[in-house]
Amino acid sequence: MSMLTLEKQPIRHIPDKLSTPMGRFFGSWEALLAAVAIAIFIANSFASPHFLDPWNLSDATYNFTEKAMIAFAMTLLIISGEIDLSVAAIIALASTAMGAAAQAGFQAPALVGIGLGVGLLCGAFNGFLVARIGLPSIVVTIGTMSLFRGIAQIVLGDRAYGGYPTSFAWFGQGYMSDFSWWPALPGFEVVTVEMVAFVIFALIFGILLHWTAFGRWVYAIGNNAFAAQFSGIPVQRTKFALFLLTGVMSGVAAICLTSRLGSTRHTIAAGWELEVVTMAVLGGVSILGGSGTIPGVVLAAIVMGLVTFGLGLLNVPGIVMSIFIGLLLILVIALPIVVRRIRSKAAA
Amino acid sequence: MMSRILTYRELLLAAIIIVLIAVFAYRAPGFASPESLANIFNDTAILIILALGQMAVILTRSIDLSVAANLSFTGMAVAMMNAAYPGIPLPVLILCALAIGAALGAINGFMVWKIGIPAIVATLGTLTVYRGMAFVLSGGAWVNQTQMTPIFLDAPRTSVLGLPVLGWTAILVIALIAVTFTRTVFGRTLYAAGGNPTAALYAGINVGRTRFFAFMLSGALAGLCGYLWVSRYAVAYVDIAAGFELDTVAACVIGGISTLGGIGSVGGAVLGALFLGVIKNALPVINISPFWQMAISGLVIIIAVLFNARQERRKGRLILRDAAKQRPSLVNAQAGGAAA
Repeated sequence: MSMLTLEKQPIRHIPDKLSTPMGRFFGSWEALLAAVAIAIFIANSFASPHFLDPWNLSDATYNFTEKAMIAFAMTLLIISGEIDLSVAAIIALASTAMGAAAQAGFQAPALVGIGLGVGLLCGAFNGFLVARIGLPSIVVTIGTMSLFRGIAQIVLGDRAYGGYPTSFAWFGQGYMSDFSWWPALPGFEVVTVEMVAFVIFALIFGILLHWTAFGRWVYAIGNNAFAAQFSGIPVQRTKFALFLLTGVMSGVAAICLTSRLGSTRHTIAAGWELEVVTMAVLGGVSILGGSGTIPGVVLAAIVMGLVTFGLGLLNVPGIVMSIFIGLLLILVIALPIVVRRIRSKAAA
Repeated sequence: MMSRILTYRELLLAAIIIVLIAVFAYRAPGFASPESLANIFNDTAILIILALGQMAVILTRSIDLSVAANLSFTGMAVAMMNAAYPGIPLPVLILCALAIGAALGAINGFMVWKIGIPAIVATLGTLTVYRGMAFVLSGGAWVNQTQMTPIFLDAPRTSVLGLPVLGWTAILVIALIAVTFTRTVFGRTLYAAGGNPTAALYAGINVGRTRFFAFMLSGALAGLCGYLWVSRYAVAYVDIAAGFELDTVAACVIGGISTLGGIGSVGGAVLGALFLGVIKNALPVINISPFWQMAISGLVIIIAVLFNARQERRKGRLILRDAAKQRPSLVNAQAGGAAA
């Protein structure tokens, strides 16, 4: 993050008395996001009569589940002070590899292995260049973004891979009600496989970041890599592991997306790196590293999903939606800075 | 010492480009003919101009990912103006392109300077916003060759001394930028603000304002390229130059502009752009599918970053040893700066 190092650190004020857990929650970014999510939900249900349909809502989750899975890993990476702009390109490469394997007659388990394997390899390549050789991650991943998608482009050209085995469709199109053990309660029949994956990964990453030593290392590295190094934290190895994680999660997203679309072109998931970073930043992750939470990112994913789905119901074209996403990204970063400045002026 | 490394680097890059041209010419004899080389330069002109704007921004430790979107919006705006009011003289349209581009660049600069948003995030946001605005402006429609006036289309193609005006424009911009960066207060401020912002602050340089003007310069050049692009390809649509921002960063990185700020020369950026241009033009000549281009430029970026890092590390050792000692003073300086 070489270009970001100069930014001014906020001056920390030590309060006279500690706030209660309840008060902390209501003053938090997560509470604000939850309020925004509810507001958008209500606005959407007024804007379109089709919004509250359970099947519609179930379809709407596809707007964010795949991106959110990458955003969880990206959250850890950004907190540690690095960034990976190649995630969408990893999806393209993994999807291309799976397509080629499907053409060669491989079945679903092999395809999943290939998708995860390609993600792991790409993550390892990024991690090697950043953590081992010590190159700035922004420039490296801009390079690998071009390289990974470029390889997909060489393999695919202007063709498309299709013809995935039917068993492979389960990941992106399956419903949990396909299982006999899934409770047949009203409302439960619309739960998709991806939704469950989203929840499971949210829990895994939430525990990893907030309740393990590894998670504390990530914060320590993001706040002061020098101090972390001197405290005996394996800084470079942790960063390498985070790039591996991001690569693997991109592989998971590639499996879900390919399975859902049923075809692969070299433009698959174009521009997703921006949306994934937006999701993490909207979730309260500091782009300068050192702070952020998984619950925040979960809420941000839901907010973004609701916004795109609501705008879609109102027939807003995709490129206009991207204006909203871009503005949202700028606003959520600008607002806390502006508010902090006003507060510190009022205090002084 | 520094300048010796830089000249060495530029000579090396120039030598690599000449070797590349020689190899390609061996495979396809016409490749090294003066007309062909002029054609390659002309084809790379827009990338060169954009890379110089990008260089100004990178020198100040920022990055401008919105240049291609800016180009798309400005190109669409001037093409629509030309289509709707054919009577507007071309110089006015070019001034408009520069002004619109500079305004969009100023928005980036303002966010970085006054609000303090990291440059990469601000321009990642405006990247989608500007391109979306091009869509809103045009309603998704194309502006075709038949709708634009002949002078609008022909100006950059007019050949002067064997090189189209487009190529001459690039040469003019290179000359102006070279003089600005090496011979004016603003140019030296760019290097100072990026090389050591704390020292620059003590020297009375407003680092934020310098960044603002760097973004404005980058925006203005992107606006100019908007006109050049639309006129050269005789069509304006929303997706023109999609992904081109990465090529401009690549040209700078290949040319030895340090992403840590403060290091790099105009010659390096130009050679970096030419390197990409030669490869792009050579692929079809040696029968490699153009689909290879993206992967090759990705690989070249990575190799160039590796190369840069090795050079920067060699002189960086001594500084690193004192990093722990320097840090508190840096924080104090910033706190002092914030209070003042």
